[in-house]
Amino acid sequence: MEAPSETCNRVREAFGDEAVELIENASPCAEHSLLVKPAFGLKIARWLQQDPELQLDYCSNATGVDYPDRVEVKKDKVKRVVDGEETEVTEETEIHHPGCLEAVYHLYSISKKQGPVVLRLRTEDRGENVNLPSLTPVWRSCELQEREIFDLYGIVFNGHPDLRRLLMWEEFTDYPMRKDYEEPDDYEYEPTPHDSVLERVKSR
Amino acid sequence: MNTLEERPYSQLEVVEHQPPRIEGDLMEVSMGPQHPSTHGVFRMNVELDGETVVKLKPVFGYLHRNHEKIAEGTTYLGSMPYTDRLDYFCSLTNNWAYALAVEKLVGLQVPERAEYIRVITAELTRLINHTCLIGFMVQDMGATGTPLMYAFREREKILDLIESLTGARMMCNYMRFGGCRCDLPVGWMEEARKVVDEFPRFLDEYDALLSNNEILMARTQGVGVLGADLAVNAGMSGPMLRASGVDYDLRKVDQYGIYDRFDFRVPLGDHGDCYDRYMVRLLEMRESLKILDLAMKDLPEGPITDPKAKVRGFRPKPGEAYGRIEGPKGELGFYLIADGSPKPYRYRVRPPSLVNLTVLEEMCLGHKVADVMVILGSVDIVLGEVDR
Repeated sequence: MEAPSETCNRVREAFGDEAVELIENASPCAEHSLLVKPAFGLKIARWLQQDPELQLDYCSNATGVDYPDRVEVKKDKVKRVVDGEETEVTEETEIHHPGCLEAVYHLYSISKKQGPVVLRLRTEDRGENVNLPSLTPVWRSCELQEREIFDLYGIVFNGHPDLRRLLMWEEFTDYPMRKDYEEPDDYEYEPTPHDSVLERVKSR
Repeated sequence: MNTLEERPYSQLEVVEHQPPRIEGDLMEVSMGPQHPSTHGVFRMNVELDGETVVKLKPVFGYLHRNHEKIAEGTTYLGSMPYTDRLDYFCSLTNNWAYALAVEKLVGLQVPERAEYIRVITAELTRLINHTCLIGFMVQDMGATGTPLMYAFREREKILDLIESLTGARMMCNYMRFGGCRCDLPVGWMEEARKVVDEFPRFLDEYDALLSNNEILMARTQGVGVLGADLAVNAGMSGPMLRASGVDYDLRKVDQYGIYDRFDFRVPLGDHGDCYDRYMVRLLEMRESLKILDLAMKDLPEGPITDPKAKVRGFRPKPGEAYGRIEGPKGELGFYLIADGSPKPYRYRVRPPSLVNLTVLEEMCLGHKVADVMVILGSVDIVLGEVDR
């Protein structure tokens, strides 16, 4: 099994430098992952599946991760002249890290009995641009799992054959696995035809 | 290659019986969620042409409680008992998969004795799961009672063992990061040896009762056929994958724990139908008994937890890990992302039951509505795990 850095270099040779980036994993198992640009997602997935060295024919796990927008406060000590006297002042600067949603795929090879190669795809932000290419055309096993990601994280997979909510009910509007999800007071609440009647009774 | 040996049924010819077709409307039937053979609350929207299935859409989520979100809100150890509830038939293997993922994340070593105890408990769990699954499957076929009760009789013996070891029959909460919770009680080994020694007799009885049964063969052979290519592409795992003839057992491939020390074979099917799935499970139980025999013979003395493993103030350094084991139902994986806090940033369960349902429609198309239950039974799902 070749190292992820080698795989990354070979993908770069095939698709250009901007297509893929290696993300280090600091844990002792050191399974580094490949961060792929969404535009190249499907092509690279096919390439990984058909590459004679890797033959990643088995997509074991597909899941989502949420990284909310984060504001980092940076404190710098700056020397300023205040009222003719030079004093040291701490200056706070806010750095905005835009968040994103991420789809993670764990790929294995059954024919060569090796793996995993970890593939990551990131959306542009967490609001409007949450589209990613679906890898279901390459690996059928993503079908239900991508539906689950769509359901719980709200990533829209372009090219998915049947993108519907999997676990939550159809009328549900929020994405429960996101970090900023707020639980409703009453899960059971549903607007009923009686609501308008109750309103009328109250106003009387 | 270990294929199924001696298959007397393979010479049998399947007689194609095609009644004259009557044009009519398609009927839509909602099977489940409250249906005895959906093994929980699982619904299938089936479109029928007469009695033949032309479309099948599974509907999930009736048992959804967002296990992952709850686990992300508690400590690493805090979700260990909750993993029991995923697949309540095999709580010990669930524990192991989660412990394995965390051990991979932190880099903990498991002592010898604990590894052996883990193997013993996991294989006992496999015995429970496979016996009961076969019981349920033939129950769905109409063999009401007898085979299932036989299975439950044997299961109870193993559950007694598990109860005396862990304190609970099903919700064991037994494994810990870097070992197990407690050592074997006095006299446990002798009891376990008795059960394991008696088990082959039951298997022979079960085999004689079912394997050559004409009704079982008629209902399962050639039903729900799944080809090897599609099985791999659709992420099938466990007995489902091996029944399609793909030699992929994580105990052999990953050799997690100490599985490289045991000599056992991987039974493979060659038709990929329901009968093969039944047979693979039956043969797998015999292999499990072999592993149990070996593991119980050379169980070493020693500590059962890694002394470096922390119970309090357990804060893994930032990083991620994906740990997977060969559960009785298939590949059970846990994916964890740590951010340095006592809670996991991301906690994901890769449920074998859910992924194995991906091609349920392909397997059922063209079969009679009564076969849907058999096919679903042979997939072996538990809704606690499908919906999480």
